[in-house]
Amino acid sequence: MLFTSYAFIGFLFLLVALYYVLPKKAQWPLLLLGSYVFYYYAGWKFLFYILAVTIITYVAGLLISRNKKSADARFSEMKELDKSGSASPEEVGKEARKKFKEKEKSRRRKIMAIGITLALLILAVVKYTNFTIYNINGILSAFHAPKRINFLTIALPTGISFYTFQAVSYVIDVYRDRHEAQTNFFKYALFVSFFPQLVQGPISRYGDLSKELYSPHSFSGRTVERGFQRVLWGYFKKLVIADRILPAVNTMIDTPENFKGAYVFLVMMFYALELYADFTGGIDITIGIAEMLGIPVKENFERPFFSKNIAEYWRRWHITMGTWFTDYIFYPISVSGPMLKLSKWSRKHLGEKVGKRLPVYLASFIVWFTTGIWHGASWNFIVWGLGNFVVIMISQELEPLYRKFHKKVNTDGSTVYKTFQVGRTILIMSALRLFDCYRNVPLTFKMFGTMFTTWNWNTLGNGALLQLGISRADYVILAIGTILLIVVSMFARSGSVRDKLEKKLPMPGRWILFTVLLLLILVFGAYGQGYDASQFIYNQF
Amino acid sequence: MSETKSRKNKVIVRVPIVLALIVVSGLLIYCVDLLLRPKYMGDVTEGALTAEYYEAYGEHDVLFVGDCEVYENFSTVQLWKEFGINSFIRGGAQQLVWQSYYLLEDALRYETPDVVVFNVLSLMYNEPQKEAYNRMALDGMRWSTTKWNAIKASMCEGESMIDYIFPILRYHSRWNELTAEDFKYWFKKDLVSFNGYYLRTEIMPAGEMPPARPLADPSFGDKAMEYLDKMTELCEKKGIHLVLIKSPSLYPHWYDEWDAQMEKYAEEHGLLYINMLKIAESDVGIDYSLDTYDAGLHMNVTGAEKCASYLGKILVEKYGLTDHRNDEKMSRYWDKVIARYDEAKSAGVN
Repeated sequence: MLFTSYAFIGFLFLLVALYYVLPKKAQWPLLLLGSYVFYYYAGWKFLFYILAVTIITYVAGLLISRNKKSADARFSEMKELDKSGSASPEEVGKEARKKFKEKEKSRRRKIMAIGITLALLILAVVKYTNFTIYNINGILSAFHAPKRINFLTIALPTGISFYTFQAVSYVIDVYRDRHEAQTNFFKYALFVSFFPQLVQGPISRYGDLSKELYSPHSFSGRTVERGFQRVLWGYFKKLVIADRILPAVNTMIDTPENFKGAYVFLVMMFYALELYADFTGGIDITIGIAEMLGIPVKENFERPFFSKNIAEYWRRWHITMGTWFTDYIFYPISVSGPMLKLSKWSRKHLGEKVGKRLPVYLASFIVWFTTGIWHGASWNFIVWGLGNFVVIMISQELEPLYRKFHKKVNTDGSTVYKTFQVGRTILIMSALRLFDCYRNVPLTFKMFGTMFTTWNWNTLGNGALLQLGISRADYVILAIGTILLIVVSMFARSGSVRDKLEKKLPMPGRWILFTVLLLLILVFGAYGQGYDASQFIYNQF
Repeated sequence: MSETKSRKNKVIVRVPIVLALIVVSGLLIYCVDLLLRPKYMGDVTEGALTAEYYEAYGEHDVLFVGDCEVYENFSTVQLWKEFGINSFIRGGAQQLVWQSYYLLEDALRYETPDVVVFNVLSLMYNEPQKEAYNRMALDGMRWSTTKWNAIKASMCEGESMIDYIFPILRYHSRWNELTAEDFKYWFKKDLVSFNGYYLRTEIMPAGEMPPARPLADPSFGDKAMEYLDKMTELCEKKGIHLVLIKSPSLYPHWYDEWDAQMEKYAEEHGLLYINMLKIAESDVGIDYSLDTYDAGLHMNVTGAEKCASYLGKILVEKYGLTDHRNDEKMSRYWDKVIARYDEAKSAGVN
């Protein structure tokens, strides 16, 4: 059930109505039921995957929590016995207690490892089997081996990367004692499957989401109104901007041999706009729906294209994914035993300057490699992830040079310099996103190269833009929509736009304003017959 | 206590405001919806025919249902002028049997005519054909369970009911095709037909028709026949005389096998079946060099008047239809129709 389908809109209205009409104790079970109905429409076979991930991580969390509780109780008991002297120090003394604690922690670590390995194994099998076969076949071909492995027919369950990561974070957080395990299986199943964020995030943490997810919520006109406003804004971005520019992007990337040079720059810019409007639009819809239900969900974007550098961009784009990788991959790797040994070794052999950076860069490399492959099982995504790594590393290495430059040239508060920085971020990120567009890595590099070798900018002014599958009127709508997007983003820099509207406009004014927004979506949205309704790009991850 | 009271007061004040805003928003969206809908006032006026039924005067003696072979081949004005028959044609471009059935069912919500005339050519189609034709036949219907069922029976692949319920969802992309006509007929349309009759004045003599392709299966489809049965039953139930006709259009080809099936069906159900093609020149008086506007596919106004004269005489003789020309109110209504009709005829509408 796509967010943009009529069926989903009907489902949503019904669910929200029932949510507030039914007794409060029925609210979370209703959400669970609704979430599974929603996921059923993605494909009934996919229900097995989400159930498997839910059961595995639920059991792992429960075992860890139980072990922790019984270990703590036993530890206290040992302490008491030691104090009272009623047992031998070999059994309950400080050393014995320390050993016991470590043994139990190791047991919990094993449970955690088994739990997350099993969950990730499901993801790996469905998402990476054919990619692995593809690479093995590549190696076989390189060695002129006569045999090839056949690809398997495995459908990728919608949103599996998102809910698996969410479930994995739950197990790790239980292990880390950030929160207790959820004992009610159905409540836990709701956390994993909560429908608004099921297919494209945000990747919520149990500690952030659980309280409001299970709490009863009274109907509040204001909450529903604000949620609905956010949903509308999301639909505007998705249907009026992202889906309207989609045919032009597809035209240019489907037959790249016809669209070189200046067109590659157009692909960069158009795809950046499409992806931004598509993904942030989807997240607006997600957060808006959750808000209508009285459940706050973490923000996933903070106007990333206003970032001054790539590192900042990644702190503001897909925030919950970034923090997930930082918390569950970067930090654990950085403080792991082998990494500490490497740090020690590299400082000794490569000097303090290089030795200090090597472990950090290695951890970053792993994070970006994983980020890439998480986005998609192809070398395009891996190279895209590593491309980000390279750009961030270069930027860090050049930091002393920047400092020298800023000492000589004062750029403090300079709008021109800020604009340059923002423009640079947009260009670099858009260029890296070309790996999303073209079918393989060599082609992406080749197409990027044509921007400098094929000089055909003049053709864009000769009506070529109207040959890309979108009309002059579409461009006008896109231009107006994009300006509106930028203006709203600028207003959002100093706080929530909805808060500002609430302060400045009385309820009837806001109502009319959002009716106009609804009309803009209804009239100018690219949907219905005659349009190829496209899935949200991030649904595919 | 006072807090509860003030909350209650707030709700009492808020509810009417919210209701008023819902109405305002609904109206705003409805107005935009109306603007974006096709008006069918220019080239393709057939799309406006269905809705015109609701503006016609009085109960009808005769109701025609069918495709272009009824709305272009029978002059309702001639039926009035010559026999005092108050008739209406609920026909549309490539109107399918089930659409004719539901348009009849819809009409029977308002009236019970003495005779229903169904043109049988559309029995050749057993599946929905084109969305555009569905839209022309169904958009103009008033909402009822009948319309719902008509849409359900008619939808082609890719169509959805919600698009019919909220036409803006279907027609929203017309925003860049809007013309002055859309604004002119935003809220009020002109009448394009004469009680469902679509008048054409030009003359294009009938030429040679493409040869009839051999039929793989000469039987009419199940769905088509199911709706013909339903139509027969409905008329029987309401005490209406159902007349089956094949109007004298030369193309699409009307096969002998089809004709035989119709004759058999009419006989079995005690219905009158007239194949006007067989007697077009001899009995109806059609001159294919003068009475068609598109080389024999459809009649022009002279041909339509001849068809109406021929059929009207049979209907009066067989079913004893009342002559309403002495009905003052009805005559006044028809005078207006005739005035428009004569004007269109002399202006040479095509």
